[in-house]
Amino acid sequence: MVEVVIDRVTKRFGAVEAAKDVSLTVPNGELVVLLGPTGAGKTTLLRLVAGLDKPDAGMISIDGRDATAEPPALRDVSFVFQQYSLYPHLTVYDNLAFPLRAPARRVDEAEIRKRVERIAQLVRIDHKLANSATRLSGGEMQRVAIGRALVRRPAIYLMDEPLSSLDAKLRAELRVELKHIQADLGATMLYVTHDQTEAMTMASRIGILDRGTLVQVGTPHEIYERPVSAYVAARLGSPAINLLPVDALPANGAPDGTVSVGARTEHVELVAADDGPAEVVMVEHLGSENFLHLKMNGHRLVTLTPPDSRWRPGRRARLSLRRPLYFDAAGRTLQAH
Amino acid sequence: MAQIRLDNLQKRFGDFVAVRESSFTIADGEFFVLLGPSGCGKTTTLRMIAGLELPSSGRILLDGDDVTFKRASQRDIGFVFQLFALYPHMNVRSNIGFPLKCQGVPRRQIDERVDEVAKLLRIEHLIDRPVSGLSGGDSQRVALGRAIVRQAKAFMMDEPLGALDAEFRHLMCVELRALHDRIHATTVYVTHDQVEAMAMADRIAVMNHGVVDQIASPQEIYDRPRTMHVAGFIGSPPMNFLRFNANLEPGADSIRLNGETIAVPALHEGVVDGALALGVRPENVELTDEGGIRGEVFGTEYMGTMQIVTVHSKHGVVKARIPSAQRVRMREQVGLRFAKERLAVFDTVSGRALKSRLFEEVAHG
Repeated sequence: MVEVVIDRVTKRFGAVEAAKDVSLTVPNGELVVLLGPTGAGKTTLLRLVAGLDKPDAGMISIDGRDATAEPPALRDVSFVFQQYSLYPHLTVYDNLAFPLRAPARRVDEAEIRKRVERIAQLVRIDHKLANSATRLSGGEMQRVAIGRALVRRPAIYLMDEPLSSLDAKLRAELRVELKHIQADLGATMLYVTHDQTEAMTMASRIGILDRGTLVQVGTPHEIYERPVSAYVAARLGSPAINLLPVDALPANGAPDGTVSVGARTEHVELVAADDGPAEVVMVEHLGSENFLHLKMNGHRLVTLTPPDSRWRPGRRARLSLRRPLYFDAAGRTLQAH
Repeated sequence: MAQIRLDNLQKRFGDFVAVRESSFTIADGEFFVLLGPSGCGKTTTLRMIAGLELPSSGRILLDGDDVTFKRASQRDIGFVFQLFALYPHMNVRSNIGFPLKCQGVPRRQIDERVDEVAKLLRIEHLIDRPVSGLSGGDSQRVALGRAIVRQAKAFMMDEPLGALDAEFRHLMCVELRALHDRIHATTVYVTHDQVEAMAMADRIAVMNHGVVDQIASPQEIYDRPRTMHVAGFIGSPPMNFLRFNANLEPGADSIRLNGETIAVPALHEGVVDGALALGVRPENVELTDEGGIRGEVFGTEYMGTMQIVTVHSKHGVVKARIPSAQRVRMREQVGLRFAKERLAVFDTVSGRALKSRLFEEVAHG
């Protein structure tokens, strides 16, 4: 049973609290994603687990033992950085084999070959095993970097935006692959990203960070459907949730203390009406659907419509809401009656 | 503003043909996107229109004038590279006015023009601020302002949003298109990002290996791709291809895939002993218990309202875009059903879509 526990951890850099009293458990075999904008403290937490930084307070335990004071080498973690860092003088094969060849590990060459070839296939670099690492495209280098982390079986894999340097198509493919590999290996992973699609599609659970504080942990469904605050609600969903003052929308069921309303596409119902208060200002094509940009009472809204719908700029509509989210003055979610 | 006509335009670099006999017309006021993977010839095409590259043969007409051999500076075309870099030591006004200052335009005229542009971009209130304190969105607007301050006949944009992260890029697309709707400047925009192309273009030209595969509106390109390259390049995830071999008669309105009959839009041409692919968009795939084509669920990707399910079938990988409410388990055996009126059949050798009823339909709305 490999479990990583971050227990009331605080980390300061000068006056900045990069992590504030954070507690998070990464259970065995789960892929936990830390999501937040730049500066939220995602990478700090990852580095604390890896042992690259020491917490000012709190404890980190790996596999049941207190690892807070352990140097990185003793922690049995594998780290993938945002920027691939390969050994330029080695071939792809030797880069992948490198972690297994450490003297302490004593893996025999036949076993190394087996594992390297399997991993190379998984990350689809098996056709270039003999290439020098410098003669690869950026996407290929990053796949080797990911492969090099996967070739070992550490207690936990730590990944810092491993897909962000890849182009959109490859990123979408590797997302599914990486999730599948993780499930196949039963690997425990802590994964950092600012890409909500990665978080939603890959995570067993997502931890949302806001300036050093872990504000919510839950499955992608929970975070998307029951965010604790407007901040969390704005992290997930494409198009982003519409956050508008309560008086700008027909929000009848709003509980006392509601200051703003959060409306996603599934909360919005539009009916064409020449005298309606909402006006279509732009139709943005995605192919499978359209982003419909609306203006209403001086506010902008974006919602999805099917590609064959007849909305055009200038058309007007009446808008009603079906069970939207309600937030108080501090941005906390209020329960609807 | 101007119409741009390309007439049998070709560009060779030694033995390499970068652009192969392209002919098309970009309408006055159109937002026209050249889309394709790197090396497809899109940037070369743009550079020829701008006058930064001379064609090997063919002509370029700007509002009817043959400008093929005119210098870039005589064509009155604005060229925009990265939209992002602002001069940090200048304020908003100086940043926007800079291109005019470089041209030696008198100060008063620059001021007038900058005020006009600032109004257009709704940043009049920021005009005397230093750019260092601006929000991301306002910096973008200033950068845009600098791009359009010259009243050129047309604007050429070469991956101007390439360096931005996804969310920012999307915001910028909306902004750029909204600006275009206000000034209606003929714009030729190069990108390899299909999302940008779909979001902004009036029409898209999809290029591959120096050839224009298809020119049409975004929705038309999406719904009725003429080649496998277009179908596979557009959409996220892109179109699925299920490969099969068959003899098909003109008029056939179904195909046989692994013993299963699948209805398709009636074909207008036949094929003998064809290596074919059935093309289906992820949102036109339904997961059912009884469906004929079977496969195993390889992965699910939760997207909020929708989810994308990856199914491994005998005919290849199929991605389905279905509501998140539908429960799907890993490794589950599922049936696949396709929306028959939306299917295309491709010849995998030529890459071309077989002519069928699909291509007769009138475009949406």
